[in-house]
Amino acid sequence: MRALEVNALGFTWRSLFCHICRLESLGPVVATRMKGRNYVSSSVEDIREERLEIRVSRPPADRVYRAVARSAGAVTLVVMGLIFLFLLLRSWPALRDARWSFLTESKWNPDAHQFGIFALMILTFEIAIVALTIAVPVSIATALYITEYAPRAVRRPLTSLVDLLAAVPSIVFGLWGRAYLEPRMVNLSKWLARHLGFIPIFKVTTNTFAGSTFIAGVVVSLMVIPICTAVIREVFSQAPPGEKEGALALGGTRWGMIRAVVLPFGRGGIIGGSMLGLGRALGETIAVALIISPITDKTIHIIQGGGNSIAALIANRFFESSPFAQRALMAAGLALFVVTLLVNAGASAIVSRSRSGAATEI
Amino acid sequence: MSQTITPPSAPPQALQDDEIRVKIRRFDRADAAALGACALSAFCLDWLVYERLTPLSGGLGFWICWYAAFLLMYGFVAREQRGPLAAKDRVASVVMASTGIVVVVALSFVLGYVVFRGYHALRTNFFTQTQEFTGPLSKATDGGGAHAIIGTIEEVGLATLICVPLGVLSAVFLNEVGGRMARPLRTLVDAMSAVPSILAGLFIYVALNLSLGLHFSGFLAALALSILMLPTVTRAAEVVLRLVPGGLREGALALGGTEWRVSRMVVLPTARIGLVTAVILGIARVVGETAPLIFTAFGNPKTNANPFSGAQQALPLMIWQLYKQPLAGPVQRAWTAAFVLVIIVLALFLIARVIGGRGPGHVGFVRRRLNDRRNRVQ
Repeated sequence: MRALEVNALGFTWRSLFCHICRLESLGPVVATRMKGRNYVSSSVEDIREERLEIRVSRPPADRVYRAVARSAGAVTLVVMGLIFLFLLLRSWPALRDARWSFLTESKWNPDAHQFGIFALMILTFEIAIVALTIAVPVSIATALYITEYAPRAVRRPLTSLVDLLAAVPSIVFGLWGRAYLEPRMVNLSKWLARHLGFIPIFKVTTNTFAGSTFIAGVVVSLMVIPICTAVIREVFSQAPPGEKEGALALGGTRWGMIRAVVLPFGRGGIIGGSMLGLGRALGETIAVALIISPITDKTIHIIQGGGNSIAALIANRFFESSPFAQRALMAAGLALFVVTLLVNAGASAIVSRSRSGAATEI
Repeated sequence: MSQTITPPSAPPQALQDDEIRVKIRRFDRADAAALGACALSAFCLDWLVYERLTPLSGGLGFWICWYAAFLLMYGFVAREQRGPLAAKDRVASVVMASTGIVVVVALSFVLGYVVFRGYHALRTNFFTQTQEFTGPLSKATDGGGAHAIIGTIEEVGLATLICVPLGVLSAVFLNEVGGRMARPLRTLVDAMSAVPSILAGLFIYVALNLSLGLHFSGFLAALALSILMLPTVTRAAEVVLRLVPGGLREGALALGGTEWRVSRMVVLPTARIGLVTAVILGIARVVGETAPLIFTAFGNPKTNANPFSGAQQALPLMIWQLYKQPLAGPVQRAWTAAFVLVIIVLALFLIARVIGGRGPGHVGFVRRRLNDRRNRVQ
């Protein structure tokens, strides 16, 4: 733009180019030298960046301080790397034995050298999907209730309560699910099988309903709800008040305001919170291990007894297994690690990139 | 020019008694009546259709159908009264409020159920005795969890000792030092906060037991727990550090302080209370973790007060092991231990809230006395 103006004043392109190459300041066009290259810039940001570059010579104490803080930060990186490395090294013989069929094989019979992650991964995801199907709408509604509907006086206590429930140990949920919920859920499962059995996922082929993917998923959903709600509420509460008031002032109802301002603003938080919940649901161990009746074949009949998750399989089987089967279980753990890591890094990136996530804590 | 000079806009007057204050968004008696009537008639209709006319049965199904019928009815009534736009708003309000209340009640019910199942078998011997001389067939009130409480305190305490410096320093790095690595590290810390807890235990088992030959001990459990605790502490501490006003930092730097002294003498003391809260939240997160302990502490019916050698017990692990025995006595003891665990988590959380309720820069009683004394000496 600037160059065109200059050109209109009577410079030829050639002379313009020469000027730039010689680093002459050409009226308002600023040519600077950055990183050893000729660089033409007329934007204010670049000039400011150039001018503000102050070289600081730090005292030794500060250099030590920075190094210590940096290495503390690096511990996270190192630990994550080590987890991956050690699981990979230890499970390598099993992985080499199974080769690519580790990803496609459905049977889990390591001692017969026939094992793969396929069915287990599907079963793990089934529990997580059941949990999220319940948890995500409920969390959104709860977060909206806390931020928009609840009387001002109870907002803080409700927020604290949700945070507290996120800290309730998973074994407590497991005990409750096993002792209280399961006998009652069995009736609901029977009801679903009888009246909605024509839908494939509600079909049953056996007559047992206890220890099903469905029941485990419901218990996991109760554990996921506080975490999802906390993230989503945080994002909703940062919705710009000016836009909210604007929507109301234009005559919108409260629901209209929520749909026009709060939900679009919080979309990043909803997606991120759900994915964070997915990560938790995939890795949930003890509650699932207490409730599920373990199977290792894939099934889509979620309300009949029998299901599994990789974490529960490791917890239940590890010390009863032969050394080779232990390595196979470590390989399964490695797969779980990679999947949860991807899911959660994705969630974190979505929350922090979205307009809403500038200061969101997960 | 007969222009009357109007006085400058009158100062806002207080509301007179005889003026009626307009309330936007009123919920009056008629609305309450409509709500109640819809709930009641939906119940009757549901009973008639669900219980009598169709071959449906089951308690939970009944309430789900009732809720659906209630929402439909309320929608129609609100539409008749106030038009479609307001009806949508009303139904949305009812859905949000009922979901919020149901969630809070249901989750509180879980805690209440544990208290209900656990409290009546709690005797003082739970805090003094162990499971050493208790078998599957002994009474529910026999033995205790003293060994597990000792183990939990030691394991969580060691994990805290490891995590507090690391977590706070990481938060300092993310917020004070910064640089190119800060953003990816923040993502990584988030990802680490969701490492499945069992994998933390499995990793410690694989790395230290299988590879280095260290045997089960409370220390290994503490290491596994600190993997889970570190990201929680880091993120919570980072949020707290972000709340410290930038003016304080800049003022200290302008006075010629080095970065190290600014952090140590201005930023960290200002955020002290928030940092304590962060640590307590981290403790509450890991005190109930079971899965990592299976691979590291392993469990032990006797008291083992030395966390550096030999298998150790912990409360969640004790619950897990007792509950897996299909007999009334051990199962009841598991409930009792779960009750104690819930109380511990509640207490930790309450402490965190009470301390964390104060803003950054709050100077407590003890601190004030110390400051006074120091000033007097100088």
